[in-house]
Amino acid sequence: MGMTMVQKILARAVGQASVKVNDVVEPKVSLAMSHENGALVINQFNEIYKDTGIEARVWDPSKIAIIFDHRVPAESSKTAGNQKKIREFVAKQGITKFHDIRGDEGGICHQILPESGYDLPGQVIVGTDSHTTSHGALGAFSFGIGATEMAAVWALGKILNVEVPGTIKVVVNGTLPKYVEPKDIILHLIGKLSAEGANFKVIEFHGETIKKMSTSGRLVLCNMTVEAGATGGIVPPDAETVRYLKTEAGVKNIPELFGPDADAVYEQVVEIDASKLEPQIAFPHTVDNVKPVGAAKGIKVQQIVIGSCTNGRLDDLAIAASILKGKKVARSVRMLVFPASTRIYQQALKKGYVETFMKAGAVVMNSGCGPCLGIHQGALADGDKALATTNRNFKGRMGNPNAEVYLSSAATAAASAITGEITDPRTVTPAPKTAKPKKAKVKIVKPKAKKKAVAKKPVKKSVKKAKKTAKKGRK
Amino acid sequence: MGKVVLKLGADISTDIIYPGRFMATVLPTETPQFAFVDDAAFNQKLKSKQIEPGSFIVADKNFGCGSSREQAASCLVGWGLKVIAKNFSRIFLQNSINVGLYMVICPTIEANEGDELEIEGGQVVNKTSGKSFPIVPLPQARQAIIDAGGLIPYTRKMVLAGKR
Repeated sequence: MGMTMVQKILARAVGQASVKVNDVVEPKVSLAMSHENGALVINQFNEIYKDTGIEARVWDPSKIAIIFDHRVPAESSKTAGNQKKIREFVAKQGITKFHDIRGDEGGICHQILPESGYDLPGQVIVGTDSHTTSHGALGAFSFGIGATEMAAVWALGKILNVEVPGTIKVVVNGTLPKYVEPKDIILHLIGKLSAEGANFKVIEFHGETIKKMSTSGRLVLCNMTVEAGATGGIVPPDAETVRYLKTEAGVKNIPELFGPDADAVYEQVVEIDASKLEPQIAFPHTVDNVKPVGAAKGIKVQQIVIGSCTNGRLDDLAIAASILKGKKVARSVRMLVFPASTRIYQQALKKGYVETFMKAGAVVMNSGCGPCLGIHQGALADGDKALATTNRNFKGRMGNPNAEVYLSSAATAAASAITGEITDPRTVTPAPKTAKPKKAKVKIVKPKAKKKAVAKKPVKKSVKKAKKTAKKGRK
Repeated sequence: MGKVVLKLGADISTDIIYPGRFMATVLPTETPQFAFVDDAAFNQKLKSKQIEPGSFIVADKNFGCGSSREQAASCLVGWGLKVIAKNFSRIFLQNSINVGLYMVICPTIEANEGDELEIEGGQVVNKTSGKSFPIVPLPQARQAIIDAGGLIPYTRKMVLAGKR
């Protein structure tokens, strides 16, 4: 009987010819990732060795990755203390894949791992973060675990008592229409499967749409498989995987690629026609509460968030910038942008996206997780509604149980920032190209502008500003 | 025997059990104070010790969905709470086993707040309604961790035996 991707990976990791669904295995771990919750892992790790007379040493310091991303820079002395404790542990144990709070190599763990070349096809990857499912985008079996489980991995180098999961095959065919993105595919799928529809299972992605999709888009799909309860998401590695590893992640030695067997057995097959998809919205307070964007038309939002491990990559920032170019974020909206890594932030600077966002009125923050889970900046007030490109809309998620979070793609979020209400990005018209140089010159005379501001309504002033930006942007 | 002190619906996320903003608190000795902190009334009952250890939380499907934060399991252990749910999300289930949270999978459970429950002979017995509901046993490999008293003692044994 043929094996799925995850069966083949696990069989290799335990040195067997094959494994069956529900077999209990203890696979070797290729990469073990933690972030600030490494502080708890350290505590549990030391507990394991307590009173044993054995020195607490991790099994392989080169296979442990620690990335600070949840509260960067530290928002409190408590977090600073946790980070310090981790730094000391990293130094003591000789852990090499450590990404501290830095502008050159910092960022969100689920972007740092792929872009640093740590993720490789065929690996078993575990992380103390539920969105560790992301790394299946590179053809690995990658899943989230708790801190105590990670402590056991640090000690043993393998993960105990893993039941080989069954697999749901998702086949996506057809060309995505303009302004319909990978995020819309995964939201649609979660709505279809429900929040527990893939519990204890792996979602394996296939089809022409996936073949043509960049690794960046595949990361979005795999990232959110956990929102359907999945243990992991996985894309069989292909030419695009090799391209990404070589040109973006700097990997020189690409391991042998393998896909699932042609006669692999799947528990369920789901087919999606990408060409018929519309932009999707997950309504509060569950991620499976998904409807086409039209159902959310007119819902006023006070905060727009573009970023996170889900949609804070360069193509997300590019599409958002293309929609916002020469436009203004509505006065009723606070728009926050946080790139997925500092490398992406730098690329966005070079390409002018950061300037576009700032001129539109958005705040571009440093790379990190903070606003997504309401732990570091961007908290909502009672009664606030937010539209975010993040991955969860649970009650209390953005720091306040009396607020609401809606989820969408970066295109939908950018279009909605302009109008101040949830807006179909396909209805947004490009910025007007009628700004005249004469008007722009008048604007430069400072005292005059101030006087005018008193006499005229501020609305007109902002229109002028927008025109000026539009003109500059075209150069 | 224990009383149902909290009845919950489906898809109770770890953001409800232990909100993200308290994640900088990690030690199992310190997490219980933030258990269900956004349900101020229930949290207050816990802190004022109005809830007996051994009391039950009864929930519908997919309890503990979302984040892998282990605090969501350890904060309940601290109060001696037991959880019965129709099913659990994967990471929460494993965390519960690892840190010793008493939890039971019972797909047909019917109970209301105030009901007295007893776990006996592979069943949840609702003493108040007189009905019994079968428990889904955990796979043997997971049960072994519970029997060892959690993942730390289980792993300690392996380390002592030199099984790396």
